[in-house]
Amino acid sequence: MRRRIIPVAGAAAAILALSACSGGSGGGAGGMDSRGDITIWYSNNEAEIAWAEQMVESWNAENPDEQITAQEIPAGSSSEEVISAAITAGNAPCLIFNTSPAAVPEFQRQGGLVDLTDFEDGEDYITERSGDLAEQYRSEDGGFYQMPWKSNPVMIFYNKALFAEAGLDPENPSLSTYDEFLETSRTLSEAGVAEYAINPAPTSEFFQSWFDFYPLYAAETGGTQLVEDGAATFDSPEGEAVADFWRTLYAEGLAGQEQYQGDAFADGYSAMAIVGPWAISVYGDTVDWGSVPVPTSGGTAPEETWTFSDAKNVGLFTACENKGTAWDVLKFATSEEQDGLWLEATGQMPLRQDLTGTYPDYFAANPAYEQFGDQASRTVEVPNVPNSVEIWQTFRDGYSESVIFGEGEIPTFLSDTATEVDGLAAGD
Amino acid sequence: MLRRILGSHPLGLAFAAPYLIFIGVVFAYPIVFAVWMSFHDYFFAAPGAVVDRPFVGFDNYVTVLTDPDVWRSFGNVGIFLIINVPLTVALSMLLATALDRVARAKTFFRVAYYVPYVTASVAVVAVWLFLFSGNGLVNNLLGPLAPEPSWLINSALAMPTIALFVTWKGLGFYILLYLAALQNVPRELYESVSMDGGGRIRQFFSVTVPSVRPATLLVVLLATITGANLFTEPYLLTGGGGPNGASTSPVLLIYQRGIEQGNPDIAAAIGVILIIFVLIIAALQRRLVGGEDR
Repeated sequence: MRRRIIPVAGAAAAILALSACSGGSGGGAGGMDSRGDITIWYSNNEAEIAWAEQMVESWNAENPDEQITAQEIPAGSSSEEVISAAITAGNAPCLIFNTSPAAVPEFQRQGGLVDLTDFEDGEDYITERSGDLAEQYRSEDGGFYQMPWKSNPVMIFYNKALFAEAGLDPENPSLSTYDEFLETSRTLSEAGVAEYAINPAPTSEFFQSWFDFYPLYAAETGGTQLVEDGAATFDSPEGEAVADFWRTLYAEGLAGQEQYQGDAFADGYSAMAIVGPWAISVYGDTVDWGSVPVPTSGGTAPEETWTFSDAKNVGLFTACENKGTAWDVLKFATSEEQDGLWLEATGQMPLRQDLTGTYPDYFAANPAYEQFGDQASRTVEVPNVPNSVEIWQTFRDGYSESVIFGEGEIPTFLSDTATEVDGLAAGD
Repeated sequence: MLRRILGSHPLGLAFAAPYLIFIGVVFAYPIVFAVWMSFHDYFFAAPGAVVDRPFVGFDNYVTVLTDPDVWRSFGNVGIFLIINVPLTVALSMLLATALDRVARAKTFFRVAYYVPYVTASVAVVAVWLFLFSGNGLVNNLLGPLAPEPSWLINSALAMPTIALFVTWKGLGFYILLYLAALQNVPRELYESVSMDGGGRIRQFFSVTVPSVRPATLLVVLLATITGANLFTEPYLLTGGGGPNGASTSPVLLIYQRGIEQGNPDIAAAIGVILIIFVLIIAALQRRLVGGEDR
């Protein structure tokens, strides 16, 4: 028996030793100024595909020696998992135009991302394009491991027809303060025009808090992130006010505790939704909608209201052989001209300063987007800290228990979760 | 020396080599590697990244065993097994016995029971969501007796509902196992019980149940392993283990910790504990059900 075990154990040890060694070599062999063909991935929705195809075509026409091969990001349960797997396998493309800021700290830890400030003009290009907003995307070591690209500032969408049916003013809905919002929701519910007044996903995925708690928390605090200076910020009167507001909606049956299969707002299952401007092209023809900023306890003026950015950025990956070309493509794809084409094609907001001033014609022709363009300058990003996803999952678990299902006290949830988050943010 | 290493029939090694390599690469290596990961501060990294993965002893196991979410997930799977395994054995044995005696449309019934098993969970889950949602068919039929909160968002009922779903979905496969086992039961045994005045029920308990004991052990083992690997159903039916983690399974937790949160070392430790858990349960079941042909 012993004689059989030894060779097997030896082989296993050899395999492990080899695998351990394989973690230490290198990414793409090319340096920061290396040039040649590159590959990129982009998101898989129709409007983004159209934009990406024209961008690639335009670049390839002008750069015959540095061609882009482009494809949609491979299917997976989430793009973050696909990207993480590609980093580990060493076959990530040069650029991914769909990199979630929440995943950037992990990708950085994996050694998968290039610090864009390592390019001579990297720091200046990013800060000049995005202004103060760029700071939220800076990593703890001072580098930029993501190009701030586009945001979908989250606002309240409401169904004008259902509001009118419930006897509410569809042009000037009363949704500014928590009290107004709750009263309007009760009116909608009593009128029976929809199953729920509002129906954000009540499920347990880590990112769901970005579409219920976080936008309102950003508004209530005037732009505070969930974690700042390595500590949780939400165990505060503002955090409690937001949690109380949502708990009231769930407790009174104004928001649904059960997952809806489909789009609740598009189907008329809920009279309101809390989403970004990507939804305009989705709801445009099917729902007569209006939009307002998210509410606050005191009713903040729209031009002062903050919200969650729901941004997606661009990562330049270490597996890239031709990083010099990739950086040039990145600048080309985020140039004023391409950002304008992006805005036209998708209605999503490029993360550049003075957006409405840069594209006045677009916003004049598309007034529905103007408030999103304005809102884009007051958006809060997920904190760029270690254990980012785990922090959000921890928060979601506590939120789900005390706010959605009303078990346990909110102050206890906030303080207990803040303690856990502090530890995670410290890298424990 | 060569003979000592290769044995008296070296050609046999050549025949066995493909299977040994397959087992080594597909089964042994991942398991050994997972155990190795669970004792190190391990995370996935780019091939080019220089990262430190120090040996941390039992730190990952301490983290796992002091995590209430882990305990809860094992408790959840315990609830699942208590409902799913006996129900699977009882229903599949009964239905297989009934099917064995059906004279007409035998193929139709076999296919009818088997279809849910071969249909992807993702497709079937939509039907169950329709049935068990708050305003679904089941609650409409129950009227005032419908649970509040509804099935899948009720922390006491979410896991039992999932257990029922998995039982229903897997039944066809286990029925086939029992049908195969029933082919080997001598008809004379039934006749002799009948001669002694025993009816159908007596025949079932005196002949069928003891005769298919090896199949029962197999069904119990497979159902337990299926239950321990539970992932798709809670992920899809309850939106990621809700409500409040009441339907989170250990494998779902492995997915969250290892893939979503980038802690494969913790996930590997949960996986190792899960393997030990399944082995203990299987050993207990073997002792209780009895696996030997006596």
